[in-house]
Amino acid sequence: MTVILSVTLLAVIAFASAWLLRIGGQHRDERSRSAVERINDLLPQTQCGRCGYAGCRPYAEAIARHEARINQCPPGGDATILNLAELLGEDVLPLNPRHGREQPPQVVVIDEAVCIGCTKCIQACPVDAIVGAPTLMHTVIASRCTGCELCIPPCPVDCIAVAPLAMTMSHWKWPPPKLALP
Amino acid sequence: MATAEAGIAVSLAVRAFHGGVRLARFKEGVRGKPSCEAPLPQRLIFPLHAHVGTPTRPVVRVGQCVLRGELIAAPGAYVSQAIHASTSGVVAEIGAHPVAHPSGLSDTCIVLEADGEGSAVEPWPALDFELVTLAALQARIVDAGIIGMGGAGFPSHVKLKEGMGHSVRMLIINGVECEPYINCDDCLMRERAAHVVSGARMLKRAVQAEACVIAVEEDMPEAAAALAPFLGDGIELALVPAIYPAGGEKQLIMALTGMEVPTHGLPIQAGIVMHNVATAVAVYEAVALGQPLTARMITVTGGVANPANVWTPIGTPISHLIDYCGRVQSIDRVIVGGPMMGTAVLSEAVPVGKTTNCVLALRRDQKTAHPMPCIRCGECVEVCPARLQPQALYEFARAKDWDSAQNYYLFDCIECGACAYVCPSNLPLVHYYRYAKSEIEALESAQARSIELKQRFETRQSRLESEGPSSTITQEEELEPAEERPSTQSQREVIQQEVAEAIARGRAKRQLLREEGAKHGSGPDEGPQP
Repeated sequence: MTVILSVTLLAVIAFASAWLLRIGGQHRDERSRSAVERINDLLPQTQCGRCGYAGCRPYAEAIARHEARINQCPPGGDATILNLAELLGEDVLPLNPRHGREQPPQVVVIDEAVCIGCTKCIQACPVDAIVGAPTLMHTVIASRCTGCELCIPPCPVDCIAVAPLAMTMSHWKWPPPKLALP
Repeated sequence: MATAEAGIAVSLAVRAFHGGVRLARFKEGVRGKPSCEAPLPQRLIFPLHAHVGTPTRPVVRVGQCVLRGELIAAPGAYVSQAIHASTSGVVAEIGAHPVAHPSGLSDTCIVLEADGEGSAVEPWPALDFELVTLAALQARIVDAGIIGMGGAGFPSHVKLKEGMGHSVRMLIINGVECEPYINCDDCLMRERAAHVVSGARMLKRAVQAEACVIAVEEDMPEAAAALAPFLGDGIELALVPAIYPAGGEKQLIMALTGMEVPTHGLPIQAGIVMHNVATAVAVYEAVALGQPLTARMITVTGGVANPANVWTPIGTPISHLIDYCGRVQSIDRVIVGGPMMGTAVLSEAVPVGKTTNCVLALRRDQKTAHPMPCIRCGECVEVCPARLQPQALYEFARAKDWDSAQNYYLFDCIECGACAYVCPSNLPLVHYYRYAKSEIEALESAQARSIELKQRFETRQSRLESEGPSSTITQEEELEPAEERPSTQSQREVIQQEVAEAIARGRAKRQLLREEGAKHGSGPDEGPQP
């Protein structure tokens, strides 16, 4: 009798544990699916493709699959690398220069006198920052532009140029104190 | 514990807020003297971007003649302010001009060439503040362009509107000028006590406050005596200890009510509304006299020959005020505001604004101390009025450990400078906190921007998917719809030729422009390579 009871009890415990593990496993799946989202949230969303992938989300997917390193995003720079390293528990790496260097914020400007209205840059812009219509002049909405430069190669008349984002009081930062301690 | 001569004072617990320091006052130079009126400068400058809120929108054109009190820039949004010409003249320019900001950057300003006549527009009809609707009272305060004149520059009508939505237990009129050198509010209370109290009554009615207290420091007996005859009927006077920073909003609320404004909280949540003495005077002028805010009292002091409280038109360049009060050769640095919390300006061409309470000229002989490593003495913890741990915040800022800095309530720091004042190692502590705050704010705005960009990208992606691959109209399709497309080889060649010619023309034009350097200094592939 005692034997039967013990076996039954152990069986119940075993099934309960298996069930719990299964639930836990599903939960882990849930988390691994949202891992892409969580990585993507840390990327700057410029969609520039400098990481070697088609955009921020594909890069996030590649990181989640351990195909890509965390140091391939020049627009995000050191801050993004630090955040990714913290999220993924990886070592902090310097930005891979093969993908570019961290640059001050920039925007592109269309030379409106030269633009022929071909709409090619509008199609290239990943964030709809260029407005215009066929055969009519196009222009860049500076506040929407990420400076990703994707519109520059398609332009048939080379009328798009990169300009540094003008410093204004709204995004001016206090410089770090210059302190030479003995 | 102090009581005024007339026996009208509310007595208060001494050092009711944590920490603080007793500072040398340096107010003697201006205190005994009556105020004076600054002569009109030739050019007045009105920055469109206020300290807080949306930039204002100019409503004048270059070359337009304006009168004193005429609206030259309208509020750009709810949290914004109206700007009025402070004298009559011609709008000379709307363009970039240096403004009083630690960055030393220029901002868009309206520059007014004074004609010297000072002729004014008809004042608005006076309002009987006890009879008009609260909405009319508030509208007048919006129209008069009144903002918090104590330093922060928050539009006053926003505070009033918030006050109307809550039950207000106490309206505090802040006359506690705790910073050294500054004496303009004291001067207003001494010379225009009736206006201060009238303004307080108007504000009290506007927010339906149960009580109203005018707070002054215990070493301002003249101001207390001047106010005494007008008090009563719901307006009381309170004396607070002369401990810096007793005039800070949260500190004064603590000293007067014993309540602490929580982190991320606003005074209104505790049923408190606070306005500055100068704001009360501006409200009086707007409501009873129908005049917009075009001038204010400013203490011009420090290394000038004749320090004084000067009634100054808004927009006067600082150099003009220093010249008026006696320029001394050895002036090295000019600070707008007080020595503890003011901003050093890089150019004397910057104008005074509605929030400028003091212009402090410093001489070259006032030397700066050299910083040494932190010795963890804990002096800064003792004096911090926000009950923070300045030495820890300093280490976090140095290590760029923004998360820890925020966990130690960096954003509760009011940047009063008490910690840096007592620091035996002369560390520029406040600079570190400002640096850390601006870095954190930049990171947060980058995060907000990336969320916005992600949304834009995803919206675009889903639009492209729903429209299908051929959705985007290209130039060729627009010019020649599919059914009309040329079928013969020769026609196609002609069109290709034309397109090639157009592209060549565009390139040539671009090349020409580049050579002339007419449009841009740099070509498309000459980006800012570091």
